[in-house]
Amino acid sequence: MTPLEILTLLITLVGVFFIVVSSIGLVRLPDLYTRVHAGGKSGTLGIIGVLLGAGIFFISDLRIVFKMLLLIAFFFITAPVAAHMLDRAAFLTGVKPMEDTTPNELAGRYDPETRQLS
Amino acid sequence: MSAFQSGMAILMLVMSLSLGAAVWRLLRGPSIPDRVVAFDLIIIHLVGLITMFVVTTGELVLLDTLIVISVLGFLGTVAIARLIEEGRS
Repeated sequence: MTPLEILTLLITLVGVFFIVVSSIGLVRLPDLYTRVHAGGKSGTLGIIGVLLGAGIFFISDLRIVFKMLLLIAFFFITAPVAAHMLDRAAFLTGVKPMEDTTPNELAGRYDPETRQLS
Repeated sequence: MSAFQSGMAILMLVMSLSLGAAVWRLLRGPSIPDRVVAFDLIIIHLVGLITMFVVTTGELVLLDTLIVISVLGFLGTVAIARLIEEGRS
């Protein structure tokens, strides 16, 4: 194996590790909000690792490297937006957080008609 | 098959098992937002698997599908989130 291949394998391994952690969190965590936390943060970090590994493997072709960097930027921007929209919609439609959520600061503060914070 | 390709194949196998866990949450999830989170993670799995497939085999054409799949995943998540929020009552 060339050093380039070893580097690619290592970075892809880090990415796959984070994606597997994210998937385990999606199965094991107790309520919706913690699951969004697992899928949104760890999954984004993992896919960045995998794409970066591919970018390093094709380092001799700059078009592919640019494409990979573009995809990384796209995931970095869109993943938090999607997670936040989903959490907000779930809270507004009455999905309950788990029982142990002690400072539930949003409870009762959304006006149900205008959907604004009061 | 070289050692590099074998290592990539093992990583893809691990990724496939993890994809199975995400599909389990998609099928079971008690509420609709749970299923949407699982859908988002399945899209991430798909992009990762295709990327590793390209690295293993050198089919560079498939790199363009990554862009389409990631945009479709984001738009799908946003659309279902809007549907959940506006379509109540």
